[in-house]
Amino acid sequence: MELTGAQIVIKFLEDEGVEHIWGYPGGAVLPIYDALDTDAKTLNHILVRHEQAAVHAADGYARSTGKPGVVLVTSGPGATNAVTGIATAYMDSIPLVVLTGQVPTAMIGLDAFQEVDTVGVTRPIVKHNFLVKDVNDLAMTLKKAFYIATTGRPGPVVVDIPKDVQTATSDYQYPQEVKLRSYQPVTKGHSGQIKRAVDMMLSAERPIFYVGGGVVLDDASEQLVSLARKLGYPVTTTLMALGAYPASDKQWLGMLGMHGTYEANLAMHHADTLIAIGARFDDRVTGNIERFCPHARIIHVDIDPASISKNVQVDIPIVGSVNSVLADMNRVLDKQLAKGVKPDAEQLAAWWDQINQWRSIDCLKYAPVGNKIKPQAAVEAVWRITEGDAFVTSDVGQHQMYAAQYYRFDKPRRWINSGGLGTMGFGLPAAMGAQLAHPDATVVCITGEGSIQMNIQELSTCLQYGLPIKIVNLNNGFLGMVRQWQELFYERRYSMSYMDSLPDFVALAEAYGHVGMRIDKPEELEDKLKAAFALKDRLVFIDIQVEKTENVYPMIPAGAGQDEMILV
Amino acid sequence: MKHIISILIENEAGALSRVAGLFSARGYNIQALTVAPTEDPTLSRLTLTTVGDDRQIEQIIKQLNKLVDVVKVVDLTDGAHYAVEIMLVKLRAVGPQREEFKRLADIFEARIVDVTPTTYTLQLLGDSHKLDLLLENVHPDYILETVRSGGVGLQRGDKFLHI
Repeated sequence: MELTGAQIVIKFLEDEGVEHIWGYPGGAVLPIYDALDTDAKTLNHILVRHEQAAVHAADGYARSTGKPGVVLVTSGPGATNAVTGIATAYMDSIPLVVLTGQVPTAMIGLDAFQEVDTVGVTRPIVKHNFLVKDVNDLAMTLKKAFYIATTGRPGPVVVDIPKDVQTATSDYQYPQEVKLRSYQPVTKGHSGQIKRAVDMMLSAERPIFYVGGGVVLDDASEQLVSLARKLGYPVTTTLMALGAYPASDKQWLGMLGMHGTYEANLAMHHADTLIAIGARFDDRVTGNIERFCPHARIIHVDIDPASISKNVQVDIPIVGSVNSVLADMNRVLDKQLAKGVKPDAEQLAAWWDQINQWRSIDCLKYAPVGNKIKPQAAVEAVWRITEGDAFVTSDVGQHQMYAAQYYRFDKPRRWINSGGLGTMGFGLPAAMGAQLAHPDATVVCITGEGSIQMNIQELSTCLQYGLPIKIVNLNNGFLGMVRQWQELFYERRYSMSYMDSLPDFVALAEAYGHVGMRIDKPEELEDKLKAAFALKDRLVFIDIQVEKTENVYPMIPAGAGQDEMILV
Repeated sequence: MKHIISILIENEAGALSRVAGLFSARGYNIQALTVAPTEDPTLSRLTLTTVGDDRQIEQIIKQLNKLVDVVKVVDLTDGAHYAVEIMLVKLRAVGPQREEFKRLADIFEARIVDVTPTTYTLQLLGDSHKLDLLLENVHPDYILETVRSGGVGLQRGDKFLHI
């Protein structure tokens, strides 16, 4: 059928099965917004208050569902406002398709009003991007964008659509298939390598699973749990993988890395066999790379060949989707176990004795009582009240680390945070995406008074669409993580880390039409939180006045080894 | 060590900038870069000279392969190959230098492709080392201008880069 480019965009998105699209109109996307009004049958558009939030919301939707998030913004400032969101998704390998309007093709390069080279600006922070110059290519380009975003190592794809391409007409048919000669992601791992890896696992004396976000992205938790339980080996997860292995399981050692647990980091340091699954040896995990896992033989499973041996040389690299590789490993292991090949029980028991000794120091303990509410206690109370089953988004800073340490996730896709880019302002819009995808679930945004102000305008979006998010604002009046580093490494010169003139968050929430609540007494914490979470159909902004100078521990200072932790 | 990397890339707008951008973003070095269409109008061939240790080169090849527009990548230096570069150099040629530079051209089998009463323009084809050597044998005061194409090359024998 003959359609305009704008109509093709809407029709294609519906044919592709897209349910929600986050965006903000403007001059260069007016034809698409008009087609949304005239042509959309099932597509639901959510109007945000800032384009950055549109991308974070689509990102939160994608992280909580596994489906691609879709965004529509205008040219120029619309596109540049989206940049932080795109980079956030890129660093954490989140599948997004971001549609940007562009000035008409005849005006490209003439410094037209609201013109920016969107393909050029976004090039280093996307998996791929396209400028559509011919309406006849539009549908296939959109198909390619979804295909690239969701396959292999996922990531954001930008499609820049000039205004005249939106108004030109073309015959439309939904492209059922797409093939790219230059892009053929691997899925199956090499069977010989998988056998070698299983043999290495079985011969281990001090093994550990080091699990990354790839296990969440590829929905491979079940395979991982099955493999780890059969072997009885300890498991540590990165910040991105919390929930990929149940926190309530005894084999879980907690998170590793800069603010990971003592037992996880020491087990990494002393391990003789490291089984890295869908992890990328990030500097916040490895600490000083020269001192990283000095005794270990390393198996590394990853969908992205470029992740393998990038930071750390590995012994058995396996390129493939982690779900498929773990399934193959389980099959090979089952055969070996059936033949009577087993891990050395005595060595394993000795290894667990050692780990339990490290565990016994209880590195996450804190003095729970004081005149002020401890931020750790606030997170633990949220965990209890939500029965550990909420979708929890966070911003970036101390509250993010407290949430990661004290909200014990048993399921994947429940913990949603900007791990790679570390984007303040991510939490609230990401929560909007998660809540839209799971209307009946409890969605909590754990944030701080610094981060929440970076996208606070989205309280208005939440009212418009009735998103009953619970915002837990751990308010210490400081940019806490900055203050902590200044205390520890800059001789307590608290340069610009103090947030003076904070708004009255309760009044602010009420001004936006929501419920505001302040908690400042430790003895009121539990009851007031319960009352807040009982308001199922309202957004509640819970401003919790917490201990001002509490620090996040344990901690590996930047550049130190995994065995060089500061405990308290 | 110096590596010559050959890349077949989709002949699309912006494809070259993805390769160049990758090198600058990841701090890889580009000594020379040459790009032109192939017999297949949908493909360009890009030849890139870079320097790095084995680990860096491995990362470069992996990162290049990750670019969606990149169809094939080969490190020519990995095996037997033939590489060549072209250079044009304009020399101030007056007095005794006119004879000397003509002799130099003969020794290097360079062609003199343009002559004025005060200048010669030499064209030299060869491996990069030979081009360097010619320049080293001319006092810098006499070199008015040089331009080099960057190396191009092919694998030797029956191996070839094709889709």
